[in-house]
Amino acid sequence: MTLEAYVSNTSPSSQDPSVEPDGVVARFFKATELDTRLLGMVVALLVIWCGFDIYSRLYSAIGFDSDGLIFGGSFITPRNLWNLLNQTASISIMSTGMMLLIVMRQLDLSIGSMLSTIAVSVGVLQVFHLGPDLGLGHPLIWIIAVIAALLLGTFMGWFNGMLTAYARIPAFIVTLGGLIAYGGLAWSVIKGETVAPMDETYELIGGNVPQYSLGTFWSWVVALVAIAGIACAIYNSRHQRKRFNFPLRPMWAEWFLGLVASGAMALITWVVTSYPWPPRVIEIWAKEHNVTIPPGVENGDGNALCMASDQVVHCTTGLIYYTGYSIPFLIAMSVGLIMTYVASRTSFGRHVYATGGNPEAAELSGINTKWLTVKVFMVMGFLVGVSSVVTSARLNAATNSLGQLNELYVIAAVVIGGTSLSGGIGTIYGAMLGALLMQSLQSGMTLLNFESAYRDMVVGAVLVAAVFVDQVYRRRLK
Amino acid sequence: MAKAAKKAVKKSAPAKKAKPAKILETHESAAAVGGVEAYRKTDTRGTPLVELDDISIAFGGIKAVDHASIDLYPGEVVGLLGHNGAGKSTLIKILSGAYKRDAGRIFVDGKEVTIDNPRDAKAHGIETIYQTLALADNVDAAANLYLGRELKTRFGSLDDTAMEAEARKVMHRLNPNFRRFKEPVSKLSGGQRQSVAIARAILFNARILIMDEPTAALGPQETAQVGELIKQLKADGIGIFLISHDLHDVFDLADRLTVMKNGKVVGSARTKDVTQDEVLGMIIAGKCPKGAIPGPGAMRDAA
Repeated sequence: MTLEAYVSNTSPSSQDPSVEPDGVVARFFKATELDTRLLGMVVALLVIWCGFDIYSRLYSAIGFDSDGLIFGGSFITPRNLWNLLNQTASISIMSTGMMLLIVMRQLDLSIGSMLSTIAVSVGVLQVFHLGPDLGLGHPLIWIIAVIAALLLGTFMGWFNGMLTAYARIPAFIVTLGGLIAYGGLAWSVIKGETVAPMDETYELIGGNVPQYSLGTFWSWVVALVAIAGIACAIYNSRHQRKRFNFPLRPMWAEWFLGLVASGAMALITWVVTSYPWPPRVIEIWAKEHNVTIPPGVENGDGNALCMASDQVVHCTTGLIYYTGYSIPFLIAMSVGLIMTYVASRTSFGRHVYATGGNPEAAELSGINTKWLTVKVFMVMGFLVGVSSVVTSARLNAATNSLGQLNELYVIAAVVIGGTSLSGGIGTIYGAMLGALLMQSLQSGMTLLNFESAYRDMVVGAVLVAAVFVDQVYRRRLK
Repeated sequence: MAKAAKKAVKKSAPAKKAKPAKILETHESAAAVGGVEAYRKTDTRGTPLVELDDISIAFGGIKAVDHASIDLYPGEVVGLLGHNGAGKSTLIKILSGAYKRDAGRIFVDGKEVTIDNPRDAKAHGIETIYQTLALADNVDAAANLYLGRELKTRFGSLDDTAMEAEARKVMHRLNPNFRRFKEPVSKLSGGQRQSVAIARAILFNARILIMDEPTAALGPQETAQVGELIKQLKADGIGIFLISHDLHDVFDLADRLTVMKNGKVVGSARTKDVTQDEVLGMIIAGKCPKGAIPGPGAMRDAA
């Protein structure tokens, strides 16, 4: 599926616009300066989603016969997509840091073990120390826990970075050692037990409590702010180029980009605000707030039909709240935005890319590449801290098995997202889309009751295929 | 005294595994014959812009640069010649901060300075065009020009448009046909890449410019352009070290030349005092002609 999507997308762009006369397609890509790889990934993602949706419809009890539609399966539903965004948060947060590391020709294999070490340490901190000392539910608990997680992550990243940059041990070895050693460390902290439950406020960061998502109103506020931001960015870039009399993008291309970006934002917001609280959640909430519970909520599933007096209605009718953006998704989006800024608009990011392109040249240009390496490892560690908070809050527990194999999923996401393992090339949005793509495959197959053995086989094959297609694409571009 | 010194040189020069004590002796005696002292006597133009005094560096027992001394005055081009592996690039990389010397002193404007890394060198106005160009292939020309010294907006973010505008100005001076500002430099031709490397060196008002084979990748027309540029920079009072294999280039552009062999300075001369054949003799055999001041690496019977 992905393969076709990639290939079909590469063909129009493979013709060099400077050699052949510009066709409509070539002119379009030139004017909009759109990344064809980004487009390829979006198409691949849509193909996967539609495929799962059709497949799930095909094998569901409804089948195709009832209304003649092929869509309407269980994959493209607000509920599943909302969950998907939630589940992707942890991996996509870490993938942004890993992208920078790989761009700089480094690698961190220890992030999975780091994540579990941080999660169990912070779990032990809040359950066995902060809880009893400050009193359960004290507002400071979650703040201290989060800060501790971020500091611990940054410190572990610093340690990895120092060994790599100053002790000159290859990052592969340093972090392979870390993968093993931090795994042992995590186990030794709790001796294989599970620490639960987390602090109540801390738990909200995991996004598993739908009533603490943003809700319809604030989700749309976020969407409007984002759209305003997009407009500002486009205007600002045009204004800057005008100031120096550089060639400008045609007006239609500016509008096109702005409208597509805003449209995508609105679409996502519409989807996440279409997912109603599950009936069970509504029931609990209604009881707590003394709201009359309509008939059927107790046993209905939201879409089921109930009898209200003498009318047939949806079971939750009269008492329906929509979730909107979840906290992990918002965290992931903020991380994505900040990291995009860091990677493309700061000298730190510029130095990372230049060092990845030619380490010797970067050093000769006066960049302190050793300290830069340490800093990138620290960013990675910080992001592992963020992910460990999200993951352990989501599970509402911390075990040393948390984060297992995460390093491989993150690296796979980054590579699928178009980052070159030989360094110098990669984008934040690519890495995050790669994470979404991986997660889509996994949850899709889970939804369809694939055995986990087959799931792994497919995910592994997709990784290899994606890199192959990418190689072909790059070669043709040259 | 001088004869005794010559003997010492003869003994130690062919010995491949010279003991440290011997080397020191060799050098001292060589200095008595010519070397730094003689250099200082012949030049009466005041303080040199930069002076490398008695520089040595070894890589795993191999003396890449062995007690070498050179200097450079404002508005002067000094050609640095020698075989591959003679130590010219290494010596120059010590000045540009890419290598850290084992021994010796560096003076800028007569004051001793510490140059431990490329940042130090740049702080003293020393810019370098490396033989390998040292460009980050994956980013565009402007990003390469400003690498490590990026222009920022008032919010602290990169000011890419301002950098591109400056890049357009300086590139126009070097290569008026250059238009490909948006592409990574890996897509540029050899000559265009070389222009980017040269532009980077002159962008920051260098006072001392090191050019290591600046025309290696260039065609005849572009080579002539670089020649013009060197003359322009010279007129601006910039001192230039020019490393080249091309004797014609050196005789055309340089005021003085220094020849190195096996890490040692064979000799230095004003270009008008020596012929190309004599310089070839210096490069190949280490023979120092009459018009040149012999260094520690000169063959004795020539003196």
